[in-house]
Amino acid sequence: MREFDLAVIGGGPAGMAAAVAAKKKGLDNIIIFERDNVLGGILNQCIHNGFGLHTFKEELTGPEYAERYADMVRELGIPVETGTMVLNISPDRVVTILSSGRGVEDIYARSVVLAMGCRERPRGALGIAGYRPQGIYTAGTAQHLINIDGIMPGKECVILGSGDIGLIMARRMTLEGAHVAAVFELMPYSGGLNRNIVQCLDDFGIPLKLSHTVIDIKGKEKLEGVVVAEVKDGKPIPGTEEYYPCDTLLLSCGLIPENELTRSCGIAIDPLKNGAVVDDRLQTSIPGVFACGNVLHVHDLVDHVSAEAAKAGESAAAFVRGGSAPEGRVIKLIPKNGVKYTVPNSFTAGSLDDEPHIRFRVTGIYKNAAVVIKCGEKELFRRKMRVMIPSEMQDLAVKKDVLAAADADLEIMTEGDIS
Amino acid sequence: MTKELICICCPMGCGLTVEMNGSEVVSVTGNTCKRGDDYARQELTAPMRTVTTTVRTADGVSIPVKTKEPVPKDRIFDCVKDIKAANVTLPVRVGDVIAANVAGTGIDAVAARSV
Ligand SMILES: Cc1cc2nc3c(=O)[nH]c(=O)nc-3n(C[C@H](O)[C@H](O)[C@H](O)COP(=O)(O)OP(=O)(O)OC[C@H]3O[C@@H](n4cnc5c(N)ncnc54)[C@H](O)[C@@H]3O)c2cc1C
Ligand code: SF4
Repeated sequence: MREFDLAVIGGGPAGMAAAVAAKKKGLDNIIIFERDNVLGGILNQCIHNGFGLHTFKEELTGPEYAERYADMVRELGIPVETGTMVLNISPDRVVTILSSGRGVEDIYARSVVLAMGCRERPRGALGIAGYRPQGIYTAGTAQHLINIDGIMPGKECVILGSGDIGLIMARRMTLEGAHVAAVFELMPYSGGLNRNIVQCLDDFGIPLKLSHTVIDIKGKEKLEGVVVAEVKDGKPIPGTEEYYPCDTLLLSCGLIPENELTRSCGIAIDPLKNGAVVDDRLQTSIPGVFACGNVLHVHDLVDHVSAEAAKAGESAAAFVRGGSAPEGRVIKLIPKNGVKYTVPNSFTAGSLDDEPHIRFRVTGIYKNAAVVIKCGEKELFRRKMRVMIPSEMQDLAVKKDVLAAADADLEIMTEGDIS
Repeated sequence: MTKELICICCPMGCGLTVEMNGSEVVSVTGNTCKRGDDYARQELTAPMRTVTTTVRTADGVSIPVKTKEPVPKDRIFDCVKDIKAANVTLPVRVGDVIAANVAGTGIDAVAARSV
């Protein structure tokens, strides 16, 4: 059986950054398994710009950002096996892979980094009545069709869901000559970034209709149109129905971490973020298995993915070299009112970084509010936040001493009113 | 006159309030950094955007392309048209010029991926 110090599952930005960081920490025997034929993951189809402002101090497109990391992987001589699908990971880190060259093979890894990314919510989960005619795509599928395969799905388009992919596809479809009638969003606020509303919708006069959803789909074999209605308290308001003829309906209804492998390995999952429970080294409930990037929690900025993944790679290197677990009490970090989830779920008191990062999302729109960390009644940390919105992941760097002062579990919460 | 804008220079998306005197920008508030100020002044006089699209090579491969610098917003469609019309053959390196002086903007459109 082939043996490796570190097996990285997935060659997107997370997997590449983890491998690069582990290599720089002195691990030599690393392998990246990627099911696609190229490295880069989702970035290859994200041809728009807006990547890398933090990491490279310039604004890159997705493929350019991916290529910079792929170059680092190559220059460091890290082996990559593309066209290789990981089928299973056992709790003692035997990884089963499938490739056309070698067929099914078991390998042993002294450490594993999970970096499988996420996938889109499938349309079945949307609960729209009617037939399922041809012409309905998830926004990411349409993005792949247009940007990688060079195929336009249609000419007259309606988009349901205002996540960033939906907004970006509204512009992309328009630039490719289609007409985008509108973007409809069930929630009273957009799921995507404001900057994308400006440069993807406003620039092209595409309306964003909040508190609206598709209630009916017309057409048997081919999509002919959709019926849209305004929504209140989760229910369509009678009398607000409008018919939009279209040949394409794009669904941008969010992403879910791709955790089949994680689950079948028996790793504990945090239902609040649909990703593994991890400590401050990004280690999962199984020793030697680490997680980072979109498989851990959905990120909106690739720069955060790279930073988080580097931490996972360094932790894997430390695990392989040191072996023994870090000393000290485990302090849990529990999300309370206004905070949806956190990464990490816990800290180890004896082995804190100088400035541990806490990444989280809020449950509503907060203006001029604060994030507070408490230990019982005692307040350990407070930071004023001008704006926090659910579609933007928050990244707090907290001083080590703050957390070291905890003598019991910590609670993190927002203070202020939802606006 | 007051104008409300959203800065698109980074994901923070700061809400900007711009005091105008006719077509002249008097003051910009709400920005977190200098780039927001620059953006507001540019946006209200001559808005600019980076254009990203794809071009098909003779071999039928899709190559991502971007304008090296932002171009005038009202020239976006002209740029896409010019880029689509470019003759591209493999191999392509990231940064290779795909359409020089795209749509007469003085800006080059370059490949965003090596194939
Ligand atoms: C459409 C879209 C637009 C975005 N726009 C921006 C933006 O403008 N700016 C920005 O900074 N960020 C943006 N992001 C966010 C950022 O790009 C992502 O968060 C980041 O790419 C996630 O990286 P990842 O490595 O975790 O996942 P991915 O890129 O999804 O990579 C996961 C990789 O794992 C592989 N894999 C999965 N399962 C297996 C298996 N079983 N065996 C082998 N390989 C496997 C996949 O093939 C894939 O290559 C965007 C994201 C999306 C989806
Ligand atoms: S003002 Fe600065 S921080 Fe705010 S969105 Fe613009 S670039 Fe970002």
